Amino acid sequence: MTKRTTSRTPVLSFTDKGIYCAAADAFIDPWRPVDRALITHGHADHARPGHGAYLCTEAAAPVIRHRLGNVKIETVPFGQAVAMGGAQLSYHPAGHVPGSAQIRVEVGGEVWVASGDYKVAADGLSEPFEPVSCHAFISECTFGLPVFTWDPQPTVMAEINRWWAACAAAGKTAVIGAYSLGKAQRVLANVDTTIGPILTHSAVEATNKVLRAQGIALPETTQLTAEMSAKSHPGALVIVPPSALDAAWTRRFKPVETAFASGWMRLRGIRRRRAADRGFVLSDHADWPDLNNAIKESGAERVFVTHGYTSIFRRWLESQGYNAAIVETEYGDEAPEAEEDAEAALLPDASDNPPEPSGAGA
Amino acid sequence: MTGSSGFALFAQLFVSLDQTTSTTLKVQALADYFGTAPPADRVWTIALLSGRRPRRTVTTTQLRNWAAQCAGLPLWLVEEAYPVVGDLAETIALILPAPSDMVQPTPSTPADAPITTLATMQNGAQSLGPTADLADWIVMLRGLSQADDKTRHQCVLQAWQTLGTTERFVFNKLITGGFRMGVSQKLMTRALAAATAIPEVDLALRLMGHWDPAEVDFETLVLAPDPQANLSRPYPFYLATQLDAPPQELGDPADWVAEWKWDGIRGQIVYRGGTAFIWSRGEELITDRFPDLTEMLDLLPDGTVLDGEILAWQHTHKRPTNPPKQAELPLGDVPLAPATEPAVQAARIPGLAGQPQPFAQLQKRITRKSVSKKLLQEVPAHFLAYDLLEIQGDDIRTQPLAQRRASLEQILQTLPADAPISASPLVQANTWDGLADQRQQARGYQAEGLMLKHRNSPYQDGRKKGDWWKWKLDPLSIDAVMIYAQAGHGRRANLFTDFTFAVADETGALQPFTKAYSGLTDAEFRKITAWVRKNTLERYGPVRKVRPELVFEIAFEGIQRSPRHKSGIALRFPRMARWRQDKPASEANTLADLTDLLSAFEQ
Ligand SMILES: [Zn+2]
Ligand SMILES: [Zn+2]
Repeated sequence: MTKRTTSRTPVLSFTDKGIYCAAADAFIDPWRPVDRALITHGHADHARPGHGAYLCTEAAAPVIRHRLGNVKIETVPFGQAVAMGGAQLSYHPAGHVPGSAQIRVEVGGEVWVASGDYKVAADGLSEPFEPVSCHAFISECTFGLPVFTWDPQPTVMAEINRWWAACAAAGKTAVIGAYSLGKAQRVLANVDTTIGPILTHSAVEATNKVLRAQGIALPETTQLTAEMSAKSHPGALVIVPPSALDAAWTRRFKPVETAFASGWMRLRGIRRRRAADRGFVLSDHADWPDLNNAIKESGAERVFVTHGYTSIFRRWLESQGYNAAIVETEYGDEAPEAEEDAEAALLPDASDNPPEPSGAGA
Repeated sequence: MTGSSGFALFAQLFVSLDQTTSTTLKVQALADYFGTAPPADRVWTIALLSGRRPRRTVTTTQLRNWAAQCAGLPLWLVEEAYPVVGDLAETIALILPAPSDMVQPTPSTPADAPITTLATMQNGAQSLGPTADLADWIVMLRGLSQADDKTRHQCVLQAWQTLGTTERFVFNKLITGGFRMGVSQKLMTRALAAATAIPEVDLALRLMGHWDPAEVDFETLVLAPDPQANLSRPYPFYLATQLDAPPQELGDPADWVAEWKWDGIRGQIVYRGGTAFIWSRGEELITDRFPDLTEMLDLLPDGTVLDGEILAWQHTHKRPTNPPKQAELPLGDVPLAPATEPAVQAARIPGLAGQPQPFAQLQKRITRKSVSKKLLQEVPAHFLAYDLLEIQGDDIRTQPLAQRRASLEQILQTLPADAPISASPLVQANTWDGLADQRQQARGYQAEGLMLKHRNSPYQDGRKKGDWWKWKLDPLSIDAVMIYAQAGHGRRANLFTDFTFAVADETGALQPFTKAYSGLTDAEFRKITAWVRKNTLERYGPVRKVRPELVFEIAFEGIQRSPRHKSGIALRFPRMARWRQDKPASEANTLADLTDLLSAFEQ
């Protein structure tokens, strides 16, 4: 990065409503109602109802509209600069789910990037992650521990295919729990559709419908109805939100084998607590090596960490020579249905770090 | 997966067992394994699944250090990751990089060094290649106990370089000595029966007792054991089931034999070939801890096996005078750490010339490495026999209980009155109500309740429902306030499950008196975990001091004075009976309530 002029007000500061850009008078992914919200992606802990106006990418808008109903949304294509007050804003692919963005904010030559949720590896569905150079990088670290490393997607998908085929061969219904925005479609887009029919829970199918309408190609699926059973759909793969894994409907599909696709399945203790028959390690967040690479690639001198093992990750970054701080956010705290990082609420030290003084200048 | 080596097969078995919660599938996976694994590996698997795990030969500190080095990570980071994962063996397996990326400890050992460069190690420790079997790895691990630290380090690094992620995890589990596979000995025996077509009961008997997996082969252990091979071998224990329904549902009381359920160590005394062996229910040979029990065994016929309870004992004839004296001591004045604790005074038990002492007394006999003369005098042991399993070398387990009991009484009659073995007295009553009345005496006798056994029952193996029932007293309980919380282990590593409880003294200050970590559902633990996060006052390492607000009903089986506890009180089998969400902390019980329970219990 080139030298910047030193401004007195930080480009972004951290408030009890969310990440605030004073120059644009707007908040990034705020968790309390504000007038102007810049939204990274449609997951419930990032796109909340109640704001005056929303700005997100064109690709993220349909899902947000679907989830939040009649709210005022403006859109911007990836990479295009928008002037807002004294700030230049642009949205860059975060590779997390379709339409998900990192938000780049430039004020007086100083560049800050808020990552939202991101994953570096391509998933065959989301716009691939794009590194953005900046002076300060606000990075999530949901999986910011060296025990979290992911196998390449083809390896994991091959495991899922093998499992589904084995279930079908044994006369069992394969039921997989996957978050209804992102993970479900990622499984769908990459699974071997020749194995059998694919059924979807209504929450998953609703998102499929929205994504298909915006031109994202997904294989054919059938929404679960009360009339369907193992008899009508032998050898099926059923994709459901995690909370529906042990719901009453599964009785009609007996015998079933259940699986859960999430980065948390990397840990045996959590795999066993989830009590699904199988756990596939498939995450929409960056793993340990990718977090480290993304931070390095950003060229940032200052790193703010949110969402995850923040105090450990901060200490690690400091030992690597970064100027790092923790930002207390309310991402990943609520909305059990939302996504992978909501699961973090169940983990020690994921969401309970002592609050840092707000203000990036601190 | 290559699947060629015995160790890869074993790791695959581990994954299959770990991947399913279905008992049928577990048994099937094990049976398949017993059908295909190398014979020596089968013996080791049987050993591992019957509690014969190899000892830890490397400290966990060493492992952490070596793993951090290999992964190129600072030690503190590995230590922070460990409680999140909840298992050190797994943490290490997850952070180790691919063999080619492993950071080399010495520059002289290149990453692609052939395994043979490490092959010559001292003291018999050997290096192993990727084709090694489970048996080879375990023998290597055992060898490490004789090796120096440098050799241990080399062997462990070399294993990590040779093995894949799952195999590394299994290897780490073996080396840390905490290997569990989620399969009971019972299921393992069932799988072995399926694989060998040998009846389960026969196998259970063959696998009992003392055998060294390094010295016995599959043929001798399982397929064709020599009946004389092991004189010490006990029988599989028959375990009773908890009676939850009213006893009336068992039918005519005349069909049932009632006896006290003692609170000691269930055991078998095996007397064969002029030698005595004492086994605990956990299949531990504890003969040397109880030399006083074997003194008069030679008066019994050779080939005798008794089932019963080992208890700390007080002979009534030795303390004939003024029994009420200690009970009259004012409660507050009882010294917390007396040099010789006054024996708890219990009511005289019909049919016995002595009195069982609380379990804490017996613990002194099992926790001390050597049993001194002084200890033998201070805490004499006694065996109350429930059953006779073998007489003059004949296995009589299939005879009806009433008949075995008659034989038991007959052979024990030949012992002198002060013998350390006697028949556990039967509890007589003609009606269930009469038995229920007697059961109320249990606590005063240091018993936990009654055992109900069908007159015609054979001595079965394991926990078979229907013939033997435990009819325990209702537990004691107290409502207490949670003051500290700590995360659990394994499956519950990410939940706060271990709590310390307190009650208020007369000044209102909270006095901790017990810990408990079981009794609630995962859903409740999740809710409490979320609460603990929001209500932490202070942290001491893994322990959190929380706002004293949550009230739990703590159930327990006994209460006694204990100088080892700060509160001066120790509970027996404490657990959380209920989360009292309806009660504020101000309505919990107090220290005075607890002291009342203690004195009532001591009566
Ligand atoms: Zn997200
Ligand atoms: Zn998120």
